[in-house]
Amino acid sequence: MKENLIDIYIMGEHHQVPDSLTILQAMEYAGYRLVRGVGCRGGFCGACATVYRTTGDYHLKFALACQTKVEPDMQLAMIPFFPAHRPRYRLSELKGTADEVLRIYPEMLRCYGCNTCTKSCPQDIDVLGYVSAIVRGDIPAVADISFDCIMCGLCVSRCPAELVKHHAALLCRRIYGRNLAPRSEHLQKRIAEIREGKFAHALAELKGLSKKELQERYAARDIEPEE
Amino acid sequence: MSYPSPLQELITKVKETRERRLKETYPRLKPEEKEKLLKQFHPDYRAETFATLRVGPNAGDRTPKELAALLEADSSLDPNKLALESPDYTCDVLVIGGGGAGCAAALTADDHGARVIIATKLRLGDANTMMAQGGIQAADKENDSPAIHYLDVLGGGHFENVPELVEALVTDAPEAIQWLENLGVIFDKNPDGSMKTIHGGGTSRKRMHTCRDYTGAEIMRTLRDEVKSRDKIIVLEFCPAVELLTTPEGEVAGAVLLNLNLNSYLIVKAKNVIIATGGSGRLHYQGFPTSNHYGATGDGLVLAYRAGARLAFIDTMQYHPTGVAFPQQIVGQLVTEKVRSLGAQLVNIQGEQFIFPLETRDVVASAIIRECSENRGIKTPGGVDGVWLDTPMIEILRGQGTVKRELPAMVRQFARFGIEIDKEPILVFPTLHYQNGGVAIDPFCSTNVPFLFVAGEASGGVHGRNRLMGNSLLDTIVFGRRAGKAAAESAQKRPDHLNLTLNHLEKWRRLLKEKGVETKVFSPVLLPDYTRKKA
Ligand SMILES: Cc1cc2nc3c(=O)[nH]c(=O)nc-3n(C[C@H](O)[C@H](O)[C@H](O)COP(=O)(O)OP(=O)(O)OC[C@H]3O[C@@H](n4cnc5c(N)ncnc54)[C@H](O)[C@@H]3O)c2cc1C
Ligand code: SF4
Ligand code: SF4
Ligand code: FES
Repeated sequence: MKENLIDIYIMGEHHQVPDSLTILQAMEYAGYRLVRGVGCRGGFCGACATVYRTTGDYHLKFALACQTKVEPDMQLAMIPFFPAHRPRYRLSELKGTADEVLRIYPEMLRCYGCNTCTKSCPQDIDVLGYVSAIVRGDIPAVADISFDCIMCGLCVSRCPAELVKHHAALLCRRIYGRNLAPRSEHLQKRIAEIREGKFAHALAELKGLSKKELQERYAARDIEPEE
Repeated sequence: MSYPSPLQELITKVKETRERRLKETYPRLKPEEKEKLLKQFHPDYRAETFATLRVGPNAGDRTPKELAALLEADSSLDPNKLALESPDYTCDVLVIGGGGAGCAAALTADDHGARVIIATKLRLGDANTMMAQGGIQAADKENDSPAIHYLDVLGGGHFENVPELVEALVTDAPEAIQWLENLGVIFDKNPDGSMKTIHGGGTSRKRMHTCRDYTGAEIMRTLRDEVKSRDKIIVLEFCPAVELLTTPEGEVAGAVLLNLNLNSYLIVKAKNVIIATGGSGRLHYQGFPTSNHYGATGDGLVLAYRAGARLAFIDTMQYHPTGVAFPQQIVGQLVTEKVRSLGAQLVNIQGEQFIFPLETRDVVASAIIRECSENRGIKTPGGVDGVWLDTPMIEILRGQGTVKRELPAMVRQFARFGIEIDKEPILVFPTLHYQNGGVAIDPFCSTNVPFLFVAGEASGGVHGRNRLMGNSLLDTIVFGRRAGKAAAESAQKRPDHLNLTLNHLEKWRRLLKEKGVETKVFSPVLLPDYTRKKA
């Protein structure tokens, strides 16, 4: 396949790269051996937050370098570290109430409602939606809306009120998981059974079987149906 | 972008056969049929891609050439240039690696009163753990038991797993889930609180616990947040370990780190070291693409091996059957097994099924390789082969909207390149996914080298010759916690004064010479090199 080369600018430096590459691959093609600004390479870790604009346009755009294709005349820079505020807290010492979140992150009340955060989120999360839920004290809603957050911090970099909402949302999710989500009875029961040694005998027996006996048991095991 | 027209034409074939396939179940293979398929098509059986190790505790064993080169390599360190007598840090437990196993170990060691340092290559949490989508196993339902789980693990591992390790894995599993929940991990549940669980390849019960399709990310960001909340744990990011430190008696006593920002060395004296450096997909064995994160270069195996640790099962790697084969930009990235759990079928160029979709991974991968090498695969514009994974079937089987609800990460990943996976099938081919083996450990994560512990993907034995989906996240938590506890307890018994040396390295260099192993390679490699090689 013939490569179609386009012009891009990495931190002001001119390069020609194939138009099929992602920003991350283009930087490597140009010769950068990345240390910061790359992690999963698959859109899961938020390490590769990148700012760019195209020549002649004043708009700043934000993207994940590993998930975004290069465009002609892109002028780009990575923001591999964003100094985001994160107070220390111990979840186990919290009661799990909404006002605790606002005590730890009181600045959340300063949101202007400008919605810039939502527009900058590469995960298409309704960021203002969960910020409003934090302010309302609706922790289950925060947990639900923010679930796909990869903690890239792009919404923070854009926020005129300088709110570190991704950290506040993480606190809410942790409170939800620990304190608010309904508990699984079968899990508690199984843990108790294991502690009582209910399965020790069956396991000891399996451990004593020969490879051939194990293969037979395996072949004969019943499989829970799909539905 | 969407699919170019030659591929769109081929999709018509998939659509034509869909109605019939909805009613058809492809039969599961018999044990002998599986054996035959594996021997003919699994990459582990391509003898010419393996090398036999000449030095070290595993001399005589075979392993992929790429790994052999690093295990038999030299270190880039000059012992004379390091001030070992004045360490930069001193601690009870040094955890090398900031993924799931590393963080679980650090938290547990901290709980047991140890002074802990985590040294990690990139940021804390930049790890394979962050990328796991599918889920985590634990036998906590009424119709299930640790014994049933045990048998599944062994079947997956070809009955060669270390029994004591599997016993530890399945017995600790429910408690591991509870531990995560207490840290705030949100599992998918029914309104009554019971876990929503699903099947994975090779499971006989639905015991896969999920957090939408961000299971690993949810676990990792929670563990990371908890580590950062602990006052006493010191985290050194961008500081990979490049060599272990040993006493004159050959016992482990710390590590040399390389600060990647400053390009300077740091000496850490530690009473115990836990290696939790994860996998090695970025070594691209046999030229395969990989699903692994950028730092997965098998460093822990190299460090442990030079210090005298025995490795286990390093002749088997896991190729995940469904890596992305198109579009080019995301080749090798994972299409989670959950897609098949939800009902998507694998289909060749004629629109026919060729394997039961939930056979174990090695079997499904071999079947896909067979289809492609016998010309029943689909050539992609990027020049690689693939087969179809019929994702729209999920919507037909489970109702409209299921794909968006259950697989948001997948939907997003493909939508970025114009492909709607709830309406169009996707192209897949096996991708290098997991290091089945690693440093040999006992159920308390000890190795044959005193004061060296290993947990997670860097360890070997629990999964035998092949790992089932969902047992690896479980392994990182179960053995991470076990390692943390064992290392903290061991530290209490070890005296403070430790004489730091690099004697094991000098010994290693003598050994290479004696065996006539000439190497120009330095290891660990730390990061892959993807810069363009100019002709
Ligand atoms: C895409 C993908 C999907 C997966 N899906 C699932 C799933 O659904 N279920 C499941 O059970 N398993 C899954 N797995 C496997 C599972 O995620 C991993 O095997 C597991 O998370 C490994 O955890 P770990 O802590 O051992 O290693 P990692 O999480 O990889 O952590 C290793 C850490 O060590 C660091 N490191 C490496 N070298 C050095 C060094 N020299 N010095 C210091 N630090 C170093 C790395 O930077 C990283 O932080 C998946 C894996 C991948 C790649
Ligand atoms: S909510 Fe903010 S931190 Fe989270 S993914 Fe979106 S932009 Fe990134
Ligand atoms: S960008 Fe900041 S101020 Fe604007 S809506 Fe979002 S959180 Fe509020
Ligand atoms: S490298 Fe992880 S999101 Fe881009």
